[in-house]
Amino acid sequence: MASAPVDLSMLREDLHLAEAGGFCTFEGWVRNRNEGRPVDGLEYESYEALAQLEGERIVAEALERFEISQAVAMHRTGSLKVGDVAVWIGVSAPHRDAAFRACRYIIDEIKHRVPVWKKEHYLDGDAEWVACHHCQTAPRASEAGAHDHEHDHGSCGHHHH
Amino acid sequence: MTPLYGLILAGGASKRMGTDKAALDYHGKPQLQVAFEVLTPVVERCFVSVRPGQTSDPLRFSFSQIVDTVDADGPAAGLLSAHRAYPDVAWLVLACDLPMLDRGTLDTLITARNGEHVAVSYRSEHDGLPEPLCAIWEPEALDLLEQQVASGRICPRKLLINSPTKLLEPHKRGALDNINTPEEREDATRRLKDLPGGPMIRLTLEYFAQLRELAGTREQSLETAFATVGPLYEELREKYAFPFEASTLRVAINGDFAPWTQVLKDGDHIVFIPPVTGG
Repeated sequence: MASAPVDLSMLREDLHLAEAGGFCTFEGWVRNRNEGRPVDGLEYESYEALAQLEGERIVAEALERFEISQAVAMHRTGSLKVGDVAVWIGVSAPHRDAAFRACRYIIDEIKHRVPVWKKEHYLDGDAEWVACHHCQTAPRASEAGAHDHEHDHGSCGHHHH
Repeated sequence: MTPLYGLILAGGASKRMGTDKAALDYHGKPQLQVAFEVLTPVVERCFVSVRPGQTSDPLRFSFSQIVDTVDADGPAAGLLSAHRAYPDVAWLVLACDLPMLDRGTLDTLITARNGEHVAVSYRSEHDGLPEPLCAIWEPEALDLLEQQVASGRICPRKLLINSPTKLLEPHKRGALDNINTPEEREDATRRLKDLPGGPMIRLTLEYFAQLRELAGTREQSLETAFATVGPLYEELREKYAFPFEASTLRVAINGDFAPWTQVLKDGDHIVFIPPVTGG
């Protein structure tokens, strides 16, 4: 989690290993429109300690599941303007297929699991916390015991990038 | 769903208390009447279980009674006599020595009924085992209890342990503390006087994003008697008009995701986590 812009070449540096035959990145940027409304900028707020912990778990899962060499993920908090980098994922691997798949896995899991919330500031001066319109309903709270740590908010189609 | 009747067990000998537990006054009236008034609105019919010699007892005669017809020691006699009188109904069974019991504890029990379990019961805060005397007994469970008693084992709790019982985490801390001795009674009276709703614990809540704005604070310390975060969230949702249903939230306790059923401890740090919108 980063509260200020990060030098992306430094993040890339950690991935550049001798065993790796290439690397794959995903950069999420602040877009100038959302659902038809012109956007001026965004504000990201996180529950930082848990966001960091959950982000580290996601990277560890990717390293476990895919034949990759290294993975790095960065998520911004604070105020961002149109065009700024909001999220950065980088994965290096001996072969490209695993790098692409692991990169996709990490961004998808981040969007579903990491406690970060986005407030959009619109050009007309309005501001709103973005609702996750497409979230399925999670298991009822009263039944969640059976799922314990496994339950999430289901598939969310609200892709910003 | 099978009809649900209520049964208050008031046939005990109250040996350790040395005086009739059903007659004790914690709330300005006899405890039997308090139990009857809390149970009646949530069941179709409500009865008081009594021994043959108690039917015209001044405290008991005015209630609808089920007189023991089954000869067994302990509460099994009351349960099986009720089952014999109305074999096709389920029974919400209550001991009459639970002065801390609240309506929410009964409502939660009833909501948890389903076709799969023969009983619904709370996990004891003291030993983690099912509490048989604030529980819903479906007819199947009472059939099984009948067999168990016939083979010489009279303990209703044993039946719940060995049967497919739906076990719930406590709804409210201390709600099922049963009061058996004069010392416990003194303690209960003090708790009821000083701290309405039972023993309280102190929690720290931290809010983020929309919940932070609606609550008007980033952090707050509060006292609660709730045993788990579910009813606490409902209370806060009401207070601050949070737009999220509990079913769409996750909860973190002491820095990591936790099940909604985790029993709260004094000093816990709680964060309710609305659907995340990062990336």
